Amino acid sequence: MDGFSKSIGGGGPNVPAGSHPAGGSQAAAGGGATQRTQYPYVTGTSVIALKYKDGVIMACDTGASYGSTLRYKSVERIKAVGKHSIIGASGEYSDFQEILRYLDELTLSDHMWDDGNSLGPKEIHSYLTRVMYNRRNKFDPLWNSLVIGGVKKGPKGDEKYLGMVNMIGTHFEENHVATGFGNHLAIPILRAEWHEDMTFEEAVKLVEKCLLVLLYRDRSSINKFQIAKITTEGSTIYPPYSLKTYWGFTHFENPAQGAVGSW
Amino acid sequence: MSSIGTGYDLSVTTFSPDGRVFQVEYATKAVDNSGTVVGIKCKDGIVLGVEKLVTSKMMLEGSNRRIHSVHRHSGLAVAGLAADGRQIVSRTKSEAASYEKVYGEAISVKELADRVASYVHLCTLYWWLRPFGCGVILGGYDRDGPQLYMIEPSGVSYKYFGAALGKGRQAAKTEIEKLKLSELTCREGIVEVAKIIYGVHDEAKDKAFELELSWICDESNRQHQKVPNELLEQAKAAAQAALEEMDAD
Repeated sequence: MDGFSKSIGGGGPNVPAGSHPAGGSQAAAGGGATQRTQYPYVTGTSVIALKYKDGVIMACDTGASYGSTLRYKSVERIKAVGKHSIIGASGEYSDFQEILRYLDELTLSDHMWDDGNSLGPKEIHSYLTRVMYNRRNKFDPLWNSLVIGGVKKGPKGDEKYLGMVNMIGTHFEENHVATGFGNHLAIPILRAEWHEDMTFEEAVKLVEKCLLVLLYRDRSSINKFQIAKITTEGSTIYPPYSLKTYWGFTHFENPAQGAVGSW
Repeated sequence: MSSIGTGYDLSVTTFSPDGRVFQVEYATKAVDNSGTVVGIKCKDGIVLGVEKLVTSKMMLEGSNRRIHSVHRHSGLAVAGLAADGRQIVSRTKSEAASYEKVYGEAISVKELADRVASYVHLCTLYWWLRPFGCGVILGGYDRDGPQLYMIEPSGVSYKYFGAALGKGRQAAKTEIEKLKLSELTCREGIVEVAKIIYGVHDEAKDKAFELELSWICDESNRQHQKVPNELLEQAKAAAQAALEEMDAD
């Protein structure tokens, strides 16, 4: 959804507001000014996540684009929420920061009850779904696709949870999710190779395979990734690292082979 | 210190000829009759303790909390009318939350104490309101280190090393003054507070009580939380042992 919206609008912030057919305009009805979000400015690309034996693993790159410019290269797009969950976001980064603020307020007031209970990933997902859907209905969406993963003790023991919610309020729960370009490039790989109770090493390998495809094919991704995991012991967000890429294909060696020009 | 304020004690907006506001003084009496509340500032944090008098055997243990978290870094212990206390706690929580919304960082303990004091004072200015029948001890840990404030029904707020409210406050204050607070860690502090509360508890007048202990210290990651169960039990055991020693004399 995020990748397409940019192409419909004709690219990021460089498009003047007047030539934008799909978006609304600043409507000042009488005395009350209403806002309509037209397009995102600083955006993060895909997030992928999957359930494995001990919990949930989530990964994304650390880049944030400003239209077609890869403006910020050390952005953390996965954060811990409370004791039991991690959240990853693609789309408008400032909206993600605002969502983190809402979650902070939510977890604080939950913490202050001090009743031995704490919000789990299912509750956080439910809350965020309401927030996203209500904003969408006001035509002022938080321009994100959010991935929420976590583990919490339930009636059947430790229950793993992985869900997604996007800017129009569509939400679901699955064994593996991806946002943005990940929907098209990573999901097919995950569908073929995911299985129940993968070990951490297997999960990382699968995630890296998807990240590599996204790195080759998604122009807004960069070669700097962060993997995060959430288990009953808590959340861990690993330091950023790069993947090895291969560009030694024969076709790259003589790119003009099929179309020799005069210069 | 009780004097009849005939005629001048009917409204909180009336001064007596000798410059007292009797309604506020009567409110303080409500605090003086409640279970003891103690707060101390140790070298690495704050310890708050409450002697929660149990009025009925039917009450579930752990209910009717008297110590509340008002923010990640602060807690409020309430003495006096419990319902009034809930109102103050609720207001403190919302003050802390709104400060963070506006300024983007956690409210300082000093600022929070100011806001609580202003709110309590507010209710002593209008005839259609009555003063709060409770005093609160606010303990917090921010950039300036651990701090302890006490706010009385009159709306005054002072910063303290050690503070006590309620029935056993005189005895508690004497005990606190004996402690070398600047050298005490919070781990040692919780035992001391337990001892004080067990010590000032009047077995004859009030039967059962529950000890509520909370702390904010480096060990709790500068977050306000109930003292962990094992430490609580250790503190209770030490306090009971000290009591038996005293009785043996």
